[in-house]
Amino acid sequence: MRQTYHPVSVLWHWLIAILLVATYYFVLGRPDTPGPSPEKLQMMSYHKWAGITVLLFSLIRIASRFIFPAPPMGADVKMPAWQNKTHKITLLLMLLLTVTIPLGGWLMSSAAGRPVVWFGLWQLPDLIGVNKDLAGQIKEVHETAAWALLALVSLHTLAALKHHFVDKDSVLSRMAPWLKK
Amino acid sequence: MKRIAYASLFCLATAGAALAAPAPAAKTAPAAKAAPAAANQLLAAQSEVRFTAKQMGVPMQGMFTKLTGSVQWNAAKPEASRIRLEIPVASATVGAPEMDEELPKAEWFAASQFPTAVFESSAVHALGANRFEVAGTLSIKGVKLPVKTQATVLPNAADKGATSSATGSLDIARLAYKIGQGSWGDTSVVADPVQIQYRIRLKTQP
Repeated sequence: MRQTYHPVSVLWHWLIAILLVATYYFVLGRPDTPGPSPEKLQMMSYHKWAGITVLLFSLIRIASRFIFPAPPMGADVKMPAWQNKTHKITLLLMLLLTVTIPLGGWLMSSAAGRPVVWFGLWQLPDLIGVNKDLAGQIKEVHETAAWALLALVSLHTLAALKHHFVDKDSVLSRMAPWLKK
Repeated sequence: MKRIAYASLFCLATAGAALAAPAPAAKTAPAAKAAPAAANQLLAAQSEVRFTAKQMGVPMQGMFTKLTGSVQWNAAKPEASRIRLEIPVASATVGAPEMDEELPKAEWFAASQFPTAVFESSAVHALGANRFEVAGTLSIKGVKLPVKTQATVLPNAADKGATSSATGSLDIARLAYKIGQGSWGDTSVVADPVQIQYRIRLKTQP
């Protein structure tokens, strides 16, 4: 029985982690200047490209979870039942949001009449017709969901670090095999 | 006394109008013998000029909401045709309010200094099958460059041919006209080629 996640799952997990940081940076780190600017347009395009990549990778990651199931927790892991439950709900919500938030962004781009052209090369089909009011409404949901995902990722990260540095157990090394003693 | 004054004023006004009217016609169409050919056929309100520019690979559609000018179209003798279109550049819209606010500014159209973009034809040739090659000059933002476009001129079925539409497109390079300067000059963000699509509606001559 494996003690760590399958290398395929490990790869997609960390790729998505890096991409998520980039996606948030491209949208939140835009220059704080009034009116449109080439820098802002560039950052927003990068945000969309990274977001669509997150969508693709998340779908692959979900598939890989079915093909390579999660390994059981190590014998050294002492965790109250509520923590295990919270962990599972957090994972489920994160997987759900990494698919639905980019989908929302795609919908929003279609509704705003600004199609996504992935990496400036491939124009994605419009999911819905142009409707600026709807685009504004989707934006609200997209942003709220993105803040929720950020909160979940923070919880997930803090819990992993707590297990590794405070409890000194094998929880983090399941997904980071290079940490295994 | 008063009546005479009014009468002479009226005479002066009529004479002035009569003098003023034929002057531009005579200047623009010396070859045209047929007087009706000089009549302006442009239906400006039913004509449209759109443009497409790519922004980070995303096609961005825009249009000019205003258009004026004069067209003397002669399908039988295309060489005698004269086209002049004037577009108030401040009427440009790309459907995004924050971007529309930028377009009249100095980096883009500099609308206060150069309010009107002008297309003026210099030569029209028939290409057959309702197609015509129209050569002329396009002036935007104080830059005047030669351009060529192929227009398809077809009678409109909806009004049984009482009007015709000339449609076609024209590719220009925005930087050649200094449109989008400064940091906007970066063609990796806003590409240099811009396609202009037009649909010019004309009254068909009786």
